[in-house]
Amino acid sequence: MTVPPTGPLLSVEDLVVEHRTPGRPVVRAVAGASLRVAAGEVVGLVGESGCGKSTLARAVCGLHGAASGRILVGGHPVRPLGLRRRDPALTGVQMVFQDPYSSLNPRRRVGAQIADGLRTAGDTTTDPADLLERVGLPRAFASRHPHEFSGGQRQRIAVARALAARPSLLIGDEPISALDASAQAQVARLMRDLAVESGAGLLFISHDLSVVRLIADRIAVMYLGKIVETGPTAEVWADPRHPYTRGLLAAIPSPDGAGVLPAELPGDVPDPADPPAGCRFHPRCPLVMDACREREPDFGPVACWLHEVEPSPSS
Amino acid sequence: MTAGRKTAALTIEGLRVAIGGHDVLRGVDLTLEAGRVHGLAGESGSGKTMTGLAVLGLLPHGSRTSGRIEFAGRNLLETPVRELDEVRGAKIAMVFQDPATSLHPMLTVERQLTEHMRHHLGVGRKEARERAAGLLAKVRIPGPEEALKRYPHQFSGGMRQRIAVAVALACEPEVLIADEPTTALDVTVQAGILRLLRGLCDDLGLAVLLVTHDLGVMSAVADEVSVMKDGLVVETGPRGRVLREPRHPYTRSLLDALPVPPEEKSP
Repeated sequence: MTVPPTGPLLSVEDLVVEHRTPGRPVVRAVAGASLRVAAGEVVGLVGESGCGKSTLARAVCGLHGAASGRILVGGHPVRPLGLRRRDPALTGVQMVFQDPYSSLNPRRRVGAQIADGLRTAGDTTTDPADLLERVGLPRAFASRHPHEFSGGQRQRIAVARALAARPSLLIGDEPISALDASAQAQVARLMRDLAVESGAGLLFISHDLSVVRLIADRIAVMYLGKIVETGPTAEVWADPRHPYTRGLLAAIPSPDGAGVLPAELPGDVPDPADPPAGCRFHPRCPLVMDACREREPDFGPVACWLHEVEPSPSS
Repeated sequence: MTAGRKTAALTIEGLRVAIGGHDVLRGVDLTLEAGRVHGLAGESGSGKTMTGLAVLGLLPHGSRTSGRIEFAGRNLLETPVRELDEVRGAKIAMVFQDPATSLHPMLTVERQLTEHMRHHLGVGRKEARERAAGLLAKVRIPGPEEALKRYPHQFSGGMRQRIAVAVALACEPEVLIADEPTTALDVTVQAGILRLLRGLCDDLGLAVLLVTHDLGVMSAVADEVSVMKDGLVVETGPRGRVLREPRHPYTRSLLDALPVPPEEKSP
């Protein structure tokens, strides 16, 4: 993909997001993550459940306040949503949620829900049915209600609604994990094609690495609130550098009929309320060194002491 | 893979199920053998789960069945409920998709592991407790003695699914039906559960029916693969043959729908 030289569309710098529950320790769901998405670029964000992927996405939309760090969309800082109308500069960020059964209003016609998006963009000429056509559904579906559709069709409707607002940045938070295997690849490809076609950036979050590999230009691997590796998808796939990325990729069973059991990554994701000292991955890392237990590696393209050019203690 | 001795642990012949006048299964034939994993693939709505539920007599109320499900010399479809209760949970066990809902949230792990053990095997409280700790060790839960006192919410998703497997294994079943046991889990955790299932099958000689839509999972653990479509088994065969040289166009279309581009499949 060619990336316009206008600087990143979305830039997340050192973002920290905390969940506070009375009587419980503060949970740092996102603990200093940095990420960039350029216009027309598809970035896949992967990681195990509980690593903070969704919290990061929600913070980018303004659904969660940031404890520290910055989120800029097209140069505008993102502020948490309030009761007032959303900052018009930020309506360019649109999200497709995980569960198409709860993210569409069951009592309103599909066309009316898509029209909401059109109104946001100030578009009075486009017919909601046009958008349904773009996502590959018949125009007549506009007058129906969500319950009349299958999961895959509903997710297409949710994509149509997000696209109606003319997004400059489309965010998919596990948009395919609630769908059938046969619909997953289709919806993922559709999101990619429509976002790239309209020149928008796409931040695609999924724990399904094979789908991310199919559609993403760049891949970002998240572990326990931090991004541990980023790079072009093909490069990361061919030569994963962080031990966690290697573990994730080795755990995918391939449908080749060879009967090879996937490699297991020992242990579970630690409690984000009480992360391990030093490198966050060290208790599960097969290549752990002394430095890993003491100090946290800086984030280059890879946050790992194995790949640190010069592990000097002054940095 | 060596074929080993071929003993049919459970045979399904011409199983038909209709719910509310709608045919869900239209003549399913399957054979499960001891020590082998039989994978059942297909899209949602193809009848995979219903096949599993039919074996345990857990079909929804008002469903009409015909055909045979033969286990230990009797047809489970015609067995009275009272006799069926001696079989299910004890000789035939099931692991469900979502470990968050298949375990009781308000009972300790010990209670969930020992209740059916004491009922089916008639063992005492102390012995049941010892066996429960042994089971947890077998599914590799760290600190089994401590874990017995805890509740499901205190475990992660992968650990909960391991506990659900332990619950299923408590009465030393001959047949294990695993309905999408790893779909709700991350790939790293999935790898652990698959290794566990394969190991149990090899060590204990369990006959496993693995229901999954993930052909990668299928390829990793199943010996035999059956593909279902619209309530019928359209193809059955050894894993390598079905996944590499599918004979039925539907199996081919399932393989073609996989997200990995075929030209990039090289490791």
